[in-house]
Amino acid sequence: MGYHWNWAVLLASAPSGGVTYLDWLLSGLKLTVTLSLSSWLMALLLGSIMGVLRTVPNRWLSGIATAYVEIFRNIPLLVQLFIWYFVLPELLPSGIGTAFKQLDPMLQQFLSAWICLGFFTSARVCEQVRAGIESLPRGQMNAALALGFTLPQSYRFVLVPMALRLIVPPLTSEFLNIFKNSAVCSTIGLLELAAQGRQLVDYTAQAYESFIAVTLLYVLINVVVMVAMRKVEERTRVPGYMGGK
Amino acid sequence: MYEFDWSSIPGALPFLWQGMRISLEITLTAIGVGILWGTLLALMRLSKLRLLGWFAAAYVNLFRAVPLVMVLLWFFLIVPQLLEKLLGLPSGSDARLSSAIVGFALFESAYYSEIIRAGIQSVPKGQASAAFALGMTYGQTMRLVVLPQAFRNMVPLLLTQAIILFQDTSLVYVSALADFFGAAYKVGDRDGRLVELLLFAGAVYFAICYSASLLVKRFHKGAGA
Repeated sequence: MGYHWNWAVLLASAPSGGVTYLDWLLSGLKLTVTLSLSSWLMALLLGSIMGVLRTVPNRWLSGIATAYVEIFRNIPLLVQLFIWYFVLPELLPSGIGTAFKQLDPMLQQFLSAWICLGFFTSARVCEQVRAGIESLPRGQMNAALALGFTLPQSYRFVLVPMALRLIVPPLTSEFLNIFKNSAVCSTIGLLELAAQGRQLVDYTAQAYESFIAVTLLYVLINVVVMVAMRKVEERTRVPGYMGGK
Repeated sequence: MYEFDWSSIPGALPFLWQGMRISLEITLTAIGVGILWGTLLALMRLSKLRLLGWFAAAYVNLFRAVPLVMVLLWFFLIVPQLLEKLLGLPSGSDARLSSAIVGFALFESAYYSEIIRAGIQSVPKGQASAAFALGMTYGQTMRLVVLPQAFRNMVPLLLTQAIILFQDTSLVYVSALADFFGAAYKVGDRDGRLVELLLFAGAVYFAICYSASLLVKRFHKGAGA
């Protein structure tokens, strides 16, 4: 094969002044990690609230939460992203819409990507939280109510803490997914890891090196998250349950 | 306030339908390949031959660690060149589209193989032992006893995965394939009506995926009863 391998290209200086191509990849990695972590926070928070709402004994609230989940689960991520990025600014009251469009383009992309990934993942987290709450014995809720807790208190002090501990393993895979899903955001021009890899190909024509490097970085993220989550799983395991002590 | 103008959609329907056919074609190809190759991977993973087990584990873990967008870019930009060089094809023989579809199918196989592996493991061990005791070979045991039961258990999961896969097909957008989403985007871009076309695409995906998931649920209840 006539391919000319040249790994040193990663250390060559890039056209954007004073940095190497490797720095491009690393800045992409940083953006991928920042975006994923911030979206994950949003998804956990929103997903827990919605998960609780899905189980409360009130038809209106659980109906709203169900609709929420169905909407975010049944539209492809790419379509959601384009709607957040291209459609929403047009539909907002013109003041806010224009203000958004006057932001730094980088910031526009990041905000859209963050909100999109956050909502998308929150629907999945919501389903896990609901499953966790439903897996608890009914006695837990009854005991809390019998002790004089109000319904919100029973959720806050009894059901949700237990449920969140039980669902750490499935949440791990959602957490891994959010890093992978963040690559979709390269389509709106956000310069995260996958986009940087593509840009590197355009500039250096060393396609193999750049793609292999990016792929390895994704594998690295995966490994780091798995190791970290295994630690979390060990700490949050509930004694007496499957896999518990 | 924004003024909607849906007039560019009716005329574009044939083009959009063509895109939808491509989306469905990719979906069906990937489901077919995914289940076949996924079953083989699952069997390798569970086999006593260490080498096969390692290969399947490496394959599945690699594909599950990498974003679909990256896999599609690999198969769109790099694999065709590589094939051209390896097989000595004349350059420019455009294999990029089929390559992207193959990449998509290989990616989804990794996810199918995990579902199928869990399905096989859900069949009680005694079933295989009984089959062996009756004198069946490994192939017969799997084909006639274990896999049929495993697949019955997995049907709801396989269908749910098919819905996810259908949604994933929108990502072939990165490889310039004009699937349904790509077609909608093109029309919207051409007519300056991106807002309407994107909302329309979202609504269509929602209608399809939501009704499919309702069907799966009903089917699941029927099968469970």
